[in-house]
Amino acid sequence: MYAFTYHRPKSVADAVALQGRFEDPKLLGGGQTLLPTLKQRLARPSDLIDLGQIPELQGIREEAGGLTVGAFTRHAQVAHSDVVQRVIPALASLAEGIGDRQVRNMGTLGGSICNADPSADYPAAVVALKATVRTDRREIAGDDFFTGMFETALEPGEIVTAVHFQTPDKAAYAKFRNPASRYAIVGVFVAVFGSEVRVAVTGAGPSVFRADDMEATLAQDFRADALNGASVSADGLNADIHASADYRAHLVRVMARRAVEACG
Amino acid sequence: MANPTGIGASVRRREDARFLTGRGTYTDDINRPGQTHAVFVRSPYAHARITGIDAAEAMQAPGVIAVLTGADMETDKVGSLPCGWQIHSKDGSPMKEPPHFPIARDRARYVGDAVAVVIAETREQAKDAAELVMVDYEELPAAVTSLKALEGGAPLVHDDIGGNLCFDWHLGDAAAVDAAFAQAAHVAKLDLVNQRLVPNAMEPRAALGEYDRATGEHTLTTTSQNPHVIRLLMGAFVLGIPEHKLRVVAPDVGGGFGSKIFHYGEEAVVTWAAKKVGRPVKWTAERSESFLTDAHGRDHVSHAELAMDKDGNFLALRVATIANMGAYLSTFAPSIPTYLYATLLAGQYKTPAIYAEVKAVFTNTVPVDAYRGAGRPEACYLIERLVEVAAAETGIDKAELRRRNFVPASAMPYQTPVALQYDTGDFAKNLDIALPLVDYDGFAARKAESARRGKLRGIGFATYIEACGIAPSNVAGALGARAGLYESAEVRFHPTGSVTVFTGSHSHGQGHETTFAQLVSERFGVPIENVEIVHGDTSKIPFGMGTYGSRSLAVGGSAIVKAMDKVERKAKKIAAHMLEAAEADIEVKDGRFVVAGTDKALTIGDIALQAYVPHNFPLDELEPGLDEQAFYDPKNFTYPNGCHVCEVEIDPDTGVVQVASFAAVDDFGRVINPLIVEGQVHGGLVQGIGQALYENCVYDEESGQLLTGSYMDYCMPRADDVPSFTVRYHEDQPCTHNPLGVKGCGEAGTIGASAAVMNAVVHALSEYGVTHLDMPATPERVWQAIRRHTPAQAAE
Repeated sequence: MYAFTYHRPKSVADAVALQGRFEDPKLLGGGQTLLPTLKQRLARPSDLIDLGQIPELQGIREEAGGLTVGAFTRHAQVAHSDVVQRVIPALASLAEGIGDRQVRNMGTLGGSICNADPSADYPAAVVALKATVRTDRREIAGDDFFTGMFETALEPGEIVTAVHFQTPDKAAYAKFRNPASRYAIVGVFVAVFGSEVRVAVTGAGPSVFRADDMEATLAQDFRADALNGASVSADGLNADIHASADYRAHLVRVMARRAVEACG
Repeated sequence: MANPTGIGASVRRREDARFLTGRGTYTDDINRPGQTHAVFVRSPYAHARITGIDAAEAMQAPGVIAVLTGADMETDKVGSLPCGWQIHSKDGSPMKEPPHFPIARDRARYVGDAVAVVIAETREQAKDAAELVMVDYEELPAAVTSLKALEGGAPLVHDDIGGNLCFDWHLGDAAAVDAAFAQAAHVAKLDLVNQRLVPNAMEPRAALGEYDRATGEHTLTTTSQNPHVIRLLMGAFVLGIPEHKLRVVAPDVGGGFGSKIFHYGEEAVVTWAAKKVGRPVKWTAERSESFLTDAHGRDHVSHAELAMDKDGNFLALRVATIANMGAYLSTFAPSIPTYLYATLLAGQYKTPAIYAEVKAVFTNTVPVDAYRGAGRPEACYLIERLVEVAAAETGIDKAELRRRNFVPASAMPYQTPVALQYDTGDFAKNLDIALPLVDYDGFAARKAESARRGKLRGIGFATYIEACGIAPSNVAGALGARAGLYESAEVRFHPTGSVTVFTGSHSHGQGHETTFAQLVSERFGVPIENVEIVHGDTSKIPFGMGTYGSRSLAVGGSAIVKAMDKVERKAKKIAAHMLEAAEADIEVKDGRFVVAGTDKALTIGDIALQAYVPHNFPLDELEPGLDEQAFYDPKNFTYPNGCHVCEVEIDPDTGVVQVASFAAVDDFGRVINPLIVEGQVHGGLVQGIGQALYENCVYDEESGQLLTGSYMDYCMPRADDVPSFTVRYHEDQPCTHNPLGVKGCGEAGTIGASAAVMNAVVHALSEYGVTHLDMPATPERVWQAIRRHTPAQAAE
């Protein structure tokens, strides 16, 4: 790890102001990606701005037909929240399946979506649950937030403060985890809002995406077996030593089926 | 009443309180006044010529004390890391033994090969400066896999070793095997890969070098399984330090699995550099460095054929194996795919003729050496997979085929056609215990139940035997070992009756501080709290060979028994003197020294006090003191054996394999501490399951970059990946040639488990026509196998 200066602001305004003062600052959420990156000397920020002591970034509350989750909410807090378990149980279950216990006790919602790892779980929920990402300066629709591999619509210095998830009629997340890292090789989040069905896929491609064909099929016939004929193209999907693009394409269908089954 | 801390008692590990509360003292926990920190500059290329090293900028960096290179070591006449075992090829020529310098001189031969070392006031300063060392590399094409390294025109890892061939060795009677194959009614054939693994001890390697100008004594504290071996190799061959001026300490060591047997370059570098810079020098590997530089395990590619008569009796076995040695020969590398592998190819079977050929190959990868089981898991995996193929092809039940070919207990001692002589073992008994334990007859019902849930189910066996208690020095010497393989012990009674045992064995997770103390408690009736086990420091213990190959109890424990025999003889003399009886009349009963036929008795404590307060000793006949040393050299290997049965369930939609149940029935001879034995079996099984389903060390075949260099990509088995194990052992077949009757249990789980799991996986997939799958059976491999064998999919 290279040396850096550590800051712990008490408000979003202070964090924004701090960022403006330094040459190459970096925001620190739960640190589950950033700290290993620093330890391996793959990043060299001049300053680390720890967002962990900012009350505005904390908390889970029911609001406007959904749930608002503060950006600094840790995965374990989402997983164990009575409110989340009652309002959007699929979201609690997704959080319970992230990484391992240590990761869940440290990692945060905001950190996860800002990093936009193609194998992260939360992006699938943000897209499928028609979320709105709130920042220090605006609101961004969940559909527009993830723009590519490790890329988001955030402007330089923009700080995510909370994510508002809409409450679906029913929803479920089915994940095929990487046995080593326990990231998603493929994760499929299915959510039903009235006649609309959303199928968001993470892990398979460079960034989370919606499976349009499956959405259309399920909107007509919301049964797992309705997906039997669905084929997912392997074109453009990720491939690595753990899973080829073909295998990922296959898993998208299998996980989508399982998510639909889990919707009940 | 049985001694609650004697033999057979499940005494809880005494060392665990220290380990579990963070009070252990590992090498990296030790800090010396004035200590400096070493960080290595390592090659980013698998193969490159080093054309220049410019350390000027690094030397100017804050805190830097020295930047040292291979050239500096050459100037100081530092030697090459020696290899401890010499193999001769079929044609009688000795193996190729290229120099292996602690820091590379003009060529880097694997990613991670040390090129320079930076020594600085702090670790961070050394890391900063290491980035400033400018190394000019001229990248060369790399030979990465053993198969490609053997191809004509492959890049040469060492210019003077043509074809990258280290040796081409064989064992057994080729003519007898050919003749048997000519008569065979059926031949089962199999090509298989035993993949490369990274050992992953919990504690990364570390080394701390010190030099005392006043006494001229060097001290190396290191993460070693055998400090005396390191002292001998490093002192005599690398640094030229006489043994009385070199102390090697291996304090608490957090796991080894073989990877900490070997003498590594970093140990020599810190010892040498400490004198050069005049201050202690410490190096601790980071996890990424461990992945790149710890000696790896396995990496065999084999072809095997089994000849049978019409009734399924094994007639002959023919094996050809290519073993990857990596870029240099690690300390015991050549012995692993030869005398610890081919000699075990008889397995539990009375196959009359066996012939094995082994080619060892240099590649541009980190050296490969012993890893838990070391050759024996490779042998077990090959035989047991082949037997399962034979069972499937002949239609003979796999349990029955094994039983038909077992060496019967009545044939013991049994001379195999591949050099070993098994002393004891009742293989049918292991199977007899295992079959009802796993409800073998109920498998069809369980399979049907799985099928109702859309799952595949398979059951697989592995009946293994291993050669442990390494090793009779005369045998090892005849086979190429450049060391003896005895063990040492000293049992020292103190005046008030407590005991210190000095052992040449080394505990790095095995629980010696408990098991060895139980031996003393049993023998002399001393409470276990009064027995201290000392190991790991060449300045305290007699010359010992350390711990590997499940040898500690069989060899190290036997040395302790031998020393206790001497203590007892001396104690009898003292007792006879004290009780005014004839020495021949003194008997030892329940740890008390009794005059036969009387109620006159002494405890060992009474005797120990007198031994050190010899006010009226007949000094011409009786020396003061009660402190005896012994060396034990085994007469034969020991042969732990067992039967492992695994059941798996496979999700055909995803290819995920779940270990549904695992039962291990083992014969370890006599068991001293059942709790520790069970723990060793559990750990071994998880490691074997890890190889079967999860672990795989992958280098890029062109660039030689390690693709599985972290836990993000190298999959270790975790607690939620394995079921609760059913573990049984029996003690009916004690080892006949060591005083405890023990065989060893440290590697058994690993040896049997991989084969049992893979046999179960292939069995589950057999309904698709799958006959073999290489490890690890990852979800995608399983899914692809199903897809390849599903007609509708194949047509797509």
